[in-house]
Amino acid sequence: MFNPAALLRSLGHAVVERIWRLGFAARFMAAVIFYSGASFRRLGLTLREVYVSGVLSLLIILVSGLFVGMVLGLQGYETLQRFGSTEALGIMVALSLTRELGPVVAGLLFASRAGSSVTAEIGLMKATEQLKAMNMMAVNPIARVVAPRFWGGVISMPLLAALFSSMGVLGGWLVGVVFIGVDDGAFWSQMQAGVDFRYDIVNGIIKSFVFGIAVSLIAVFEGYDSVPTAEGVSRAITRTVVTSALTILALDFVLTSFMFRGTS
Amino acid sequence: MNRTVLDLWVGFFVAIGIAAVLFLALKVGNLSSAHLSETYVLQAKFDNIGGLKVRGPVKSAGVVVGRIVDIKFDPASYEAVVTMNIDGRYQFPKDTFAAIYTAGLLGEQFVGFDVGGDEKMLKPGETIAKTQSAVVLEKLISQFLFSKAADGQEKK
Repeated sequence: MFNPAALLRSLGHAVVERIWRLGFAARFMAAVIFYSGASFRRLGLTLREVYVSGVLSLLIILVSGLFVGMVLGLQGYETLQRFGSTEALGIMVALSLTRELGPVVAGLLFASRAGSSVTAEIGLMKATEQLKAMNMMAVNPIARVVAPRFWGGVISMPLLAALFSSMGVLGGWLVGVVFIGVDDGAFWSQMQAGVDFRYDIVNGIIKSFVFGIAVSLIAVFEGYDSVPTAEGVSRAITRTVVTSALTILALDFVLTSFMFRGTS
Repeated sequence: MNRTVLDLWVGFFVAIGIAAVLFLALKVGNLSSAHLSETYVLQAKFDNIGGLKVRGPVKSAGVVVGRIVDIKFDPASYEAVVTMNIDGRYQFPKDTFAAIYTAGLLGEQFVGFDVGGDEKMLKPGETIAKTQSAVVLEKLISQFLFSKAADGQEKK
């Protein structure tokens, strides 16, 4: 039976729910930053999280960076040789990596490799009532558990993105210069002439820093907000990866439109 | 995990991360060449600078000897004032000729110095007197067409 009132009610409920969650996320972020003093006073806590989300992500970041760079080298050479300008391979690989692919792909990998594990850890802590137990012992779980994981991610992400871009440039060099035979000097000199430190590289680092904040915040929030059951935790992990990916891509568009307007 | 091993790994991670940033800055980017060790300023006035851009190169005999740091419009003489940072190792004679060239058919535009034979050298802050504006393709074509038309009339 069609009931317009019930339909409207469910719509209103869904909207209110979303807005409430958004507000909760904002208050949560404020709380994380407010209580993050402990993660710097007890640096060991944060260092452990840098290890978990940064050092343990090294392998996937380095290997994918290398392969992305190698693919860029192959595809770039294939296209550029039609125009007889294969020397521009270096600048093409370097610009696409430092401006876009480095921060974005490293961010996506970071969200699925490190963000999901942070969500799982916090979600399971909540499911097994460890967070409540901390509260009972007058230990603030946000200061003790959430903030170090947030800062660990924020510190790791720009470094991982820089490593990704560097490995990508080396991969492009490997394919372009070593395998195909583009001139080595032209590869590097065109790259150095065309890549501006402030305009291209620093903007890329700012991007990766913003992505690091976004992914870490989404990861700790989804974990903290998860339904404390096995199913709830698994759904929270899925939401972390999906929301992070969408947020990274949307933020990337916004940041790019501010940073690279084609003027200058 | 043991704290010392943890510290070691995190230190290793941060070190190679910083090394990657340095690699990007020095090997991929232009930070190493952006700072010409010691520079001095020269100015030149052009009627038309075409598509000249700030940070563009200044070349003499094809070698980059400086960078363009500023382009302004002079409301008194209706000319473009181009300020350049020139590498301190190079000195140019007073009668150096500054012209705007294009690299290739569609490449970027740059300021080229054609060196004269004067004994005196340009001092820092001085303005180059002899300049040649950028070639505007439309003017060139219209000149060519007009001269063709004039030729045709003479023959009649």
